[in-house]
Amino acid sequence: MMRADSLVSIRSRVLCSSTLVLAGAVLSGCAGGVLDPAGPVGAGDRIILLDALAIMLAIVVPTIVCTLLFAWRYRATNRRAAYSPQWAYSGRLELLVWAIPAFVVLFLGGIAWVGSHDLDPAKPLASRQVPLEVDVVSLDWKWLFIYPAQHIASINRLVVPAGTPVHFRLTSATVMNVFFVPRLGSEIYTMNGMITELYLEADRPGSYLGLGAHFSGDGFSDMSFDTQAVSSGEFSQWVAAARTQGPVLDEAAYRTLLRQSSHVPPCTYRAVVPGLFEAIASQRLPPGQGPGVTRLERHTTATKEG
Amino acid sequence: MLGKLTWQAIPFDQPIPLFAGAVVVLGIVAVLAWVVLKGYLPYLWREWITSVDHKRIGVMYCLLAMVMLLRGFMDALMMRSQQALAFHAAGYLPPDHYDQIFSAHGTIMIFFVAMPFMIGLMNYVVPLQLGVRDVAFPTLNSVAFWLTAAGALLVNISLVVGEFARTGWLPFPPLSELRYSPGVGVDYYLWSIQISGIGTLIGGINILTTILKTRAPGMRYMRMPVFCWTALAANLLIVAAFPILTATLAMLLLDRYLDFHFFTNTAGGNMMMFVNLIWAWGHPEVYILILPAFGVFSEVVSTFSGKPLFGYRSMVAATMAICLLSFMVWLHHFFTMGAGGDVNGFFGVATMIIAVPTGVKIFNWLFTMYRGRVRFETPMLWAIGFMVTFVIGGMTGVLLAVPPADFMLHNSLFLVAHFHNVIIGGVLFGAFAGYTFWFPKAFGFKLDERLGKAAFWCWLVGFYVAFMPLYVLGLEGMTRRLQHYDEPQWHPWLLVAAAGALIILCGIVLQVVQLRVSIRSRHRRTDATGDVWDGRNLEWATPSPPPLFNFAVMPNVKGEEPYWGIKSKAREAMRLSAEPAYEPIEVPRNSPTGFITAFFAVVVGFALIWHIWWMVILGLIGAYATFVVFAWRDVAEQIIPREEVARIDRANRAARALALEESPT
Amino acid sequence: MSAPTTALRMPPGAVVLDRPAEALLEGVDAPGHGEGGPASKRIVVGFGFWVFILSDIVMFSAFFAAHAVLGGATAGGPGAAQLFDLRNVAIETALLLLSSFCCGMASLAVEQRRELFTQLALAATGLLGLGFLLLEIHEFADLVARGAGPSRSAFLSSFFALVGCHGAHVTAGLLWLGTMMAQFRAKGFRPDIRRRYLCFSLFWHALDIIWVAIFTLVYLIGVRT
Repeated sequence: MMRADSLVSIRSRVLCSSTLVLAGAVLSGCAGGVLDPAGPVGAGDRIILLDALAIMLAIVVPTIVCTLLFAWRYRATNRRAAYSPQWAYSGRLELLVWAIPAFVVLFLGGIAWVGSHDLDPAKPLASRQVPLEVDVVSLDWKWLFIYPAQHIASINRLVVPAGTPVHFRLTSATVMNVFFVPRLGSEIYTMNGMITELYLEADRPGSYLGLGAHFSGDGFSDMSFDTQAVSSGEFSQWVAAARTQGPVLDEAAYRTLLRQSSHVPPCTYRAVVPGLFEAIASQRLPPGQGPGVTRLERHTTATKEG
Repeated sequence: MLGKLTWQAIPFDQPIPLFAGAVVVLGIVAVLAWVVLKGYLPYLWREWITSVDHKRIGVMYCLLAMVMLLRGFMDALMMRSQQALAFHAAGYLPPDHYDQIFSAHGTIMIFFVAMPFMIGLMNYVVPLQLGVRDVAFPTLNSVAFWLTAAGALLVNISLVVGEFARTGWLPFPPLSELRYSPGVGVDYYLWSIQISGIGTLIGGINILTTILKTRAPGMRYMRMPVFCWTALAANLLIVAAFPILTATLAMLLLDRYLDFHFFTNTAGGNMMMFVNLIWAWGHPEVYILILPAFGVFSEVVSTFSGKPLFGYRSMVAATMAICLLSFMVWLHHFFTMGAGGDVNGFFGVATMIIAVPTGVKIFNWLFTMYRGRVRFETPMLWAIGFMVTFVIGGMTGVLLAVPPADFMLHNSLFLVAHFHNVIIGGVLFGAFAGYTFWFPKAFGFKLDERLGKAAFWCWLVGFYVAFMPLYVLGLEGMTRRLQHYDEPQWHPWLLVAAAGALIILCGIVLQVVQLRVSIRSRHRRTDATGDVWDGRNLEWATPSPPPLFNFAVMPNVKGEEPYWGIKSKAREAMRLSAEPAYEPIEVPRNSPTGFITAFFAVVVGFALIWHIWWMVILGLIGAYATFVVFAWRDVAEQIIPREEVARIDRANRAARALALEESPT
Repeated sequence: MSAPTTALRMPPGAVVLDRPAEALLEGVDAPGHGEGGPASKRIVVGFGFWVFILSDIVMFSAFFAAHAVLGGATAGGPGAAQLFDLRNVAIETALLLLSSFCCGMASLAVEQRRELFTQLALAATGLLGLGFLLLEIHEFADLVARGAGPSRSAFLSSFFALVGCHGAHVTAGLLWLGTMMAQFRAKGFRPDIRRRYLCFSLFWHALDIIWVAIFTLVYLIGVRT
């Protein structure tokens, strides 16, 4: 039979260590994550997250402490503590018990309402710069970035000028996916036959991880892409270089892209037929065909040929 | 002849599923052989398989859940180990295996562990707490259980014959459409969930009718135990939400089988509609899981604090508020779909409002302990562990309910950590609390306490070690369902998480050992009186285990916590109440209908998956024939004679009188 | 099958708990159903079946919702106005409503324990229901032949699923009806057979209500938009 005091000390040790882990991780602003934003959208999201966390901790920590305290103090072996076996109602306590969560929720609800509008993905960012237009298509299993104004396209590498807002229009060539650059901010779904919108901005030059954040099939884990924020001079250089080499992204090249493939190394297209993104998004160019055969059929063919 | 089924369906060329499947098949064969050779089959058939007794069915639900917990946990161990190994490496599970494993893990844990566990506890306890003899429709109860088991069987067959879905536990289109998932995996998922969904719906109607229309005399709504109130709310949700699941999965089935276009990419299909419909079911589903767990904790905390539950009326109001509000928050599962500020804001606020009644419940449990006499037996440890763990999970849930925060954390490991936090810390801890609390009632002896406490600590520590790193990983940008990754800063956290899973494994092993040890040494811990925890509600008024008819005479309920009232009077007077006038009792007859219906359900499901149309038709005819044979039954009840009733009750009264004499004044 | 029995075999002095006997309610605080002890079997069965019907209506609502969303998704193909023959729908409606009327007549006959009238009314119910079903199958076949099957567009998918789901319920109901007719013949007007018939008639009338919703929302309003 475990002694009650060792019970509590183990419990408090577990609680302390887990709180420290969580707090440490949160407060260290772990580099490379959403708590270390490199742009205004991410920064806005982060502030709201931390504010909400602080408000909630103000309730949660005392609750946990009280739980352990009451359990400890009113343990059956402690005869010094008062015992009120009939006490099961108190109007005042009830009022408090309903009011505290209600007020917190009221407060947080306000934050949620205002934040939902201020940080809506489709809301343009305040900036003196003209936004750069990038059209995004999620494929199986790579990302296609079309720069309509620059007439180039890029696979699995997103290059943007730092300090300029970027207006993304997104669609999918096949199944649902989510476009996500953790250090720049909000995610948004991509869906075939529909266009979603997102505004992001990188404050300063840097290289950031981008990934697909909605499971999209066997090659899903390979849907990471490189996001590079560069100075506007370097951006123009990159665009110019891309225009001199690489294939043209026309409908035939796009159909090749539609076939399922993973581990596609980053590359660029020196030209893009106008209206390609709109054709993909409106399904004038039909969506990808999927694997074509079942896994079992594939195995049968492979073992027959192997 | 056999549709799409060929020998290639068995994974002879893939070592891991072949090995796993072989182990499972051999295990089942071994158990069956042991049962038959030892001559237990007639007993099992008569007393368990064809039983329509809610107590037997409740036990079978919980047993199904515990066995499937082992299967689902194996999947979890494989996922954690794969992610621990797959840094700049392929790991040992190729993507198509890994995808099936995480899909099976979620499907099994939600539909075949959490649901059956809660439904099993409700089945066992609710009629006893209401002072009645059984649920409203005993034979349908058996059908419901066996259909759930049929669904579980189909999912496990996919391990050996064919493959499972590779879409996650909710099969979002277009990935789940035939074009992108041409194999049988999604079909296995769909038919097994449809079959068990019918079972769940029948069970929901059953318990709902029991609570609303069959209670003991004097048992007004406001005298019902809180567990019955949470069961009422959960079953209201089942009846209202599960039909949506049935309809939505039927639409996906029509798309896959008959070339319909509900959710396809082309011809006008709308994949967003699937997301809305499935979460319109999915959110009430998680409240179906958690509400009975809340009810268990209400019972456990009040019993082990030696005080009535604080704020009964608040608890009832909070329960029904949660029930209603759970239908108004579904969009928070896809804030990032671009619905706009107004819609996102509305659902964010609605989700937070649902946190209010939940917070009220936590505070009321706190005040139940306040000025009580808290005993730290295993059920109470689970309850305290829950109170600490669940508030953290609830907090992260409220954080995710703020749309801008969710914009960064949607589908990340932060989300995964949140829902495991509330499901393990809430539902599973509640299941274990209920299991350890009511085990003596069901079987007549207590579980070994030391092993129970050791298991609890392993689970508690293991949970934190396994899931706190996932919160950190989510904040570091890691998304869910990755089979491999290249970010160095993620790797150490995933190693820690894998270690946590191993600690939980210790907890599970201890629970299995506890069961075996407890059974072997049960004579040392018998429950002679039927009231081994100094309980407060009517289930403790019966012997352990209760006889078929539960109560010799239906109690006449005079107030809240009726059993506590009867017991207090007896303690004051140092004498039991007068012996009642015994009458013969009518009980329903056993029936194989449930088992046979489920057999045909498995046949039909399997045949539909593999497109063996003649087998489908035969199976349906068989199911209809079962219905007709059952309908032709002339004698539905049997009578327990008065002498038998008297004998059982007098034995229990003698034991209780003895305990009363020996109790300290 | 054996001759119809009207009572269970029981030892003398046994108490049948089909209705709570007055004696059991002695000393009870609140007599009446629910808190006066468990309700009678007829009430329990009827209530349970009502709950099932409500759950079925929720399922239909999901299909209605899908139809509302997909109503305009004709993928360049034919829409409601081009496809639906409202005269046919009117006949179907008349058949189904008459069928419900006959079902009601059968309920009265059951109350009065009149064997022949019961069987005739049930047969009429079944034949009218079968007529409805045959017309509907003909409508579906015709649409498919015109290239307006469920694979043509999402609108047609949701139409076929919603109306087809109702038709599937009618089919199951007809099977049930046949079984009920056989049960009345074999076992007479036993209480449990009458309780089952109560459930069947609830089911049949509920299908009527859903049909009213279908022909209003899908056909009448669909043709206008």
